[in-house]
Amino acid sequence: MMTNRKLNTYVKKGLSLIILSVLGLLAFIPLYWMVITAFKEPTLTMKFPPELFPKNPTWANFAELFRRKELFQWTLNSIIVAGTVTLAQIFVCALAGYAIAKKKFPGARIFFWIYIGSMMIPKQVTLVPLYILISKFQMINTYAGLILPGIAAPFGVFLMRQFMVTLPDEVVEAARIDGASEFKTFTRIILPMSKPALAVLGIFTFVGEWNSFLWPLIVTNTSNMKTLQAGLALLQEEVPMKFSYLMAGATYSAIPMFIVFLVFQKYFLRGITVGAVK
Amino acid sequence: MTSLMQRMWKGKSGYFFLLPHFLLFFIFFVVPVGWGMYLSLFEYNVFSQTFIWFDNYKEIFSDQLFLKSLANTFLYTFGVVPLWLGKALLVTVLIYPFRKSVRTLFKAAFYLPHISSSVIIAMIWLWVFNPNFGLLNYFLQTIGLDPIVWLGNKATAMPALIMMQVIMGGGSTIVLLSAAMSSIPEYYFEAAKLEGANTWQVFTRITVPLLKPTLLYAMVMGTIANFQTFSNIYIMTQGGPEFSTSTVAYQVYETAFQNYNLGLASAMSMVMFVILVGLAIIQFKWLGSSVEY
Repeated sequence: MMTNRKLNTYVKKGLSLIILSVLGLLAFIPLYWMVITAFKEPTLTMKFPPELFPKNPTWANFAELFRRKELFQWTLNSIIVAGTVTLAQIFVCALAGYAIAKKKFPGARIFFWIYIGSMMIPKQVTLVPLYILISKFQMINTYAGLILPGIAAPFGVFLMRQFMVTLPDEVVEAARIDGASEFKTFTRIILPMSKPALAVLGIFTFVGEWNSFLWPLIVTNTSNMKTLQAGLALLQEEVPMKFSYLMAGATYSAIPMFIVFLVFQKYFLRGITVGAVK
Repeated sequence: MTSLMQRMWKGKSGYFFLLPHFLLFFIFFVVPVGWGMYLSLFEYNVFSQTFIWFDNYKEIFSDQLFLKSLANTFLYTFGVVPLWLGKALLVTVLIYPFRKSVRTLFKAAFYLPHISSSVIIAMIWLWVFNPNFGLLNYFLQTIGLDPIVWLGNKATAMPALIMMQVIMGGGSTIVLLSAAMSSIPEYYFEAAKLEGANTWQVFTRITVPLLKPTLLYAMVMGTIANFQTFSNIYIMTQGGPEFSTSTVAYQVYETAFQNYNLGLASAMSMVMFVILVGLAIIQFKWLGSSVEY
């Protein structure tokens, strides 16, 4: 009886593992294929059947990619844009989240609901008017045009508010009684206590901005202002059949994010729950 | 009235803290949303900026290409979201009994595509779908099937895109559902088993009802995200063949930034907005009735 049940659990677990592995491999194989292709001789991509494990890996595709001078400009642009948006978002969203979570002022709830509601609005709704606005500000094809709309995104405020509302009111009160100024209370007490939430916001914003495509595509119009994603799309249009070259580009752009993921894995794998419903 | 002013004055530090973000949010988000509505009533292109009431809406609803794109967008969203949720739910339930390290390994594996950009995913799959040298047709041929021109055939292009999205997607939903599931007290499952409930009964009577709020959240957010699908269309098919993969988001882009017809594009995005609000309400009504927050 007991052994029967044990056997049953083993069979169930075994079956689960098989299903999980199949689903997991399906999602993993394309990424594997990207990396493998990036290290293949270009002519080998036109070979049938394809080599599933490369016999003679080569750096030639990356060498060719790096000979394209714009690549470094695109990379630099991506770092500047994603880095600036991330730092600015952490700062302004922490301030605003703190105000909504802990400060009592008329309208606090209204602001909160405006932020929540705005998260449901599709990007396409603001796309066209934002483009006109940015061009009226003479910011087309500038860093400001790439960066400012990113800082204005509402999600971070919601995230920070959700975290800060869980901080005990007593600490704020105690700091006030000790005579700390409003701003000092924020920088010395609230910010240090909010580190996990700030990390989540920073990581997610950076990855999101690094991967962002639609806005850089329309707000830039010269190659030297493009971000890495928009640059890759350009390569894809130029040489659609140079698979190993394109996959080298894709790998090059994906690797920083894979590293971010490995380093901050725990934030990804439990992090977004900070901002989940409630 | 004075008391409101007094309370506002007393709470002034709150406004100061809110100001830096809200100012940017107002200029680059709130104003564009309002302006977009207004813009949709204009003929707005290089030659003219004329107020034309609802003519843009009349035009898009008699435009076969827009209607086709709308139908495609529904097909795509309703193809992806249920399969996506089903996959995420299945994975969540299956990894639950394992050790933490095993769970983390699988969660990480499913999450990896999620941090790769949509541009990269589209580029990879363009290569995987390649009719002559692609990985997918190689597999088909090794099991004795004929190769398929996945993206070059109007019957297979949309299903191919849906398949790609389902295979690569769901990572964040799995993380979300796993967190929700581990907050369910374990004795719920144990009690059910003692009462003689089988696996399926536990799943339908305990797991799913208790995960409902998270499922609802994932469904609404997934619908919003997939309804806006753009990058994969732009990079992989440009809406073809024969407009079989043209989506509303892609039409907004084409209309606004290829044809420079900004008023018409705004009207299209407003239609999209209204549909998404409608869908969210339906989903909340349908699923939300028994959800407790």
